[in-house]
Amino acid sequence: MEAKNKKLLVSQDLATHLTALVVDDNMISRKIHEKLLKNAGIRNQGVGNGKEAVDIHFYGQSFDLILMDMDMPIMNGIQATKKLRSMGICSMIVGVSSRSMESEIQQFMEAGLDDYQLKPLTKTKLSSILDKINSNLTYKSKSNHVI
Amino acid sequence: MDVMVQLQRQLFDYTASLFHEGFLDEQFNQLQQLQDESNPDFVVEVVTLFFEDAERLLNELTNALSQENIDFRRLDAHVHQLKGSSSSIGAQRIHTVCISFRNSCEEQNVEGCLKSLQQVKHEYSTVKSKLETLFKVRRSGPFLVRVLICNIEMTYGETDFGCRGVSVLGSVI
Repeated sequence: MEAKNKKLLVSQDLATHLTALVVDDNMISRKIHEKLLKNAGIRNQGVGNGKEAVDIHFYGQSFDLILMDMDMPIMNGIQATKKLRSMGICSMIVGVSSRSMESEIQQFMEAGLDDYQLKPLTKTKLSSILDKINSNLTYKSKSNHVI
Repeated sequence: MDVMVQLQRQLFDYTASLFHEGFLDEQFNQLQQLQDESNPDFVVEVVTLFFEDAERLLNELTNALSQENIDFRRLDAHVHQLKGSSSSIGAQRIHTVCISFRNSCEEQNVEGCLKSLQQVKHEYSTVKSKLETLFKVRRSGPFLVRVLICNIEMTYGETDFGCRGVSVLGSVI
């Protein structure tokens, strides 16, 4: 129990140092996800399609976490994820979509996602994303220590 | 004070019935949990956005199905959006109808699509009415109690509010 509480505290502390980008053409989803992130202490902003997500990075902004919807006009989530990875963006990109077919999720993952969550995103799902970020940071820290 | 407790109890029961009858699911609870002092109208704002979005989509669906050559891909895209929006606020029944609606789109089944459109309009109209009632009572609950207690006192004089207050206030919801 103590280890679990300690892990939760670490996650909460981590959250307040993170930034996030919500990429979704649906205003309702965007509003909910932005509030979820804000309540977790994560500074965030939202854009309405994949092209805006790419452009915001092109003009120099970066984020620790990107929540990427799949179906969007102009540039969808798969295209945007591929583009961001080709630009060298190493942020954690999590696909957040209502698509549930394995083949669709696989295609999205292969574009360069680190994780995929079925909509709607909840506090529990966000916690698991933060746990992953925490694990990645711990691994990197240990790797640097070994080197 | 008994009257307030009874009103709160009835509000609680009304909200619970929306879940029990399948109009709302757990996602609506998630929305309520997101609401806080920094954004005390969060749930109403999100649900209002949903109403606007749903009405736009229902109009699009009606137009699309009235065409001579139905574009099922476009139709499916609109239903997909409605399914997503309804799921985001926990409007379970609408979400369920959208699933069968999408199946009809995939099969290019016009009759199935028309039936689904009718069903989704009905479900939307019902849940909208229920949510508007819920928000109205939540917003004006304490004020209503004061107004109704004043009216009761004016009509009957000072009296025991226990039963009479409840039956009068019960009709409000």
